[in-house]
Amino acid sequence: MEELILIAKGAEADLLLDPDWNGVKALIKRRGEKRYRHPELDREIRRQRTIHEASIIHRAKGAGVPTPVIYQVDPDDATIVMEFVEGERVRDIVECLPGEERRRLFKVIGVMAGRLHRASIIHGDLTTSNIINTAEGPVFVDFGLGEVSSETEKRGVDLNLMHRMLTSTHFRHTEELFAAFEKGYRESLGEEAEEALERMEEISRRGRYIERE
Amino acid sequence: MDVLTCLGIESTADNLGVGIASSDGRILANEITTHVPEEGGIHPREAARHHADVVGDTISRALATAGITSRDLDFIAFAQGPGLGPCLRTGATAARALSSYLKVPLVGVNHCVAHIEIGRLTEDAVDPLTLYVSGGNTIVTGYEAGRYRVFGETLDIAVGNCLDVFARAAELPYPGGPAVEELALKGEKLIPLPYVVKGMDLSYSGLLTAAMGELRKAEHSLEDICFSLQETAYGMLGEVTERALAHTGKGELLLTGGVGANKRLRSMISLIAEEHGAAAKFVPIRYATDNGAMIAWTGVVAYMSGVRTPVESSFIDSRWRLDEVEVPWRS
Ligand SMILES: Nc1ncnc2c1ncn2[C@@H]1O[C@H](COP(=O)(O)OP(=O)(O)O)[C@@H](O)[C@H]1O
Ligand SMILES: [Mg+2]
Repeated sequence: MEELILIAKGAEADLLLDPDWNGVKALIKRRGEKRYRHPELDREIRRQRTIHEASIIHRAKGAGVPTPVIYQVDPDDATIVMEFVEGERVRDIVECLPGEERRRLFKVIGVMAGRLHRASIIHGDLTTSNIINTAEGPVFVDFGLGEVSSETEKRGVDLNLMHRMLTSTHFRHTEELFAAFEKGYRESLGEEAEEALERMEEISRRGRYIERE
Repeated sequence: MDVLTCLGIESTADNLGVGIASSDGRILANEITTHVPEEGGIHPREAARHHADVVGDTISRALATAGITSRDLDFIAFAQGPGLGPCLRTGATAARALSSYLKVPLVGVNHCVAHIEIGRLTEDAVDPLTLYVSGGNTIVTGYEAGRYRVFGETLDIAVGNCLDVFARAAELPYPGGPAVEELALKGEKLIPLPYVVKGMDLSYSGLLTAAMGELRKAEHSLEDICFSLQETAYGMLGEVTERALAHTGKGELLLTGGVGANKRLRSMISLIAEEHGAAAKFVPIRYATDNGAMIAWTGVVAYMSGVRTPVESSFIDSRWRLDEVEVPWRS
């Protein structure tokens, strides 16, 4: 077997690059065991989340939002094998992009967020760490906390996460990036966008979320 | 500088607590009187009546334990919220009376902040991520830029409330938590129950309904139901706690609140802390359940950083959120 390369270690999963998975470059997302949880319960949770994430990735694609192609899902091993998306995390490149391109990218991200919400998909962790910039445009990953819902509150939470990320991490361009994002979001979601954006304001005023990434 | 002495009154729920703390970090007294309802859960008005009946006596006991008289008190602290309205009002009334009689300042304290501050004192914690779990609260919190931020919390009922209501339905002796824990030790079969984590938040009402359903169906032993209830309820807590710990990178993990006495939960917290290179710290039960010492001590730290509560703004706030409180002593 080829060497697997660990590319990221999240709170819930390890991400491994398999340079040759049946002839293609693939990304393996594996939810590791949690020793503190009862083993049976732990297995069941990891199993369900794996199935759930794969199905939301799939659903998002159907809504016209670029996501990795799913190659294989193994619930018992809590593993998803998916297309390895070549590109860079938006988080890491925002500051290096020329102004015009930066705004264009965020408008597209806004359009995609609107498409997700219109298709009753809540991303659950909508930050620039979970969007990969490719030659063909942004690709969305990490739907592990995703939900199927069209509640305004949940949409607001999604938007609030993005806004907070722009404020905390991309503070040099917060206003222009969010303005571009908002424009795209309104374009694809239509009237319902207003309600969600207002709710975002309200949620951020509630201030129960941390103001740092 | 002179050492200042503060008397604190806690009366947010079924405990009436009076504590005395000094500005050099000593707890001089911690007297608690618990209202045990004759049947069912807490009746706010009954509990408030109980508190009103015993508050004078409990204050005297606290002063005697501390070996001081009321004239030695430099200011009075009280739990201003969150909690049950009638209970809070009883404590606030007593605190106002005492402060005006002794002509010393009044300091209103947030009950949740007090749970964190007493833990920082007794467990020598500097900047912990705190899991505060009790009959009324389920909160994962840590200090960030002037306030205790709430990273995760329950969206409906508190985990302790879930266990208490279940225990009553199962006709277990009061208090419910320890009774469920003891039975759970003899359980071994995991019955599937709703495990509801939404991002960083938790929901316990579905778990309670399902566990009560299992009681009625009686297909499994009570031991197995208790075991499954605990594993599920605490597994959920572990998950959000771990996520918040990874997110904040804090080096200490503090467990407090009455549910923090549970051994299974403690073992989970130890494992999580270990895996993230953090120190697990457990607040001893007398300071982890609702008590007056935590109010007195938080009164001290607040007073020392200039916080005063004039009588005209000493009204209680039964929904006072932890993350609304400015904590100048931490900055
Ligand atoms: N399909 C993919 N192709 C390439 N890189 C990916 C892919 N999926 C995730 N990544 C990278 O791995 C990181 C972590 O993955 P993610 O699914 O977000 O897991 P976590 O839940 O741990 O955040 C992402 O920020 C991204 O950089
Ligand atoms: Mg991610």
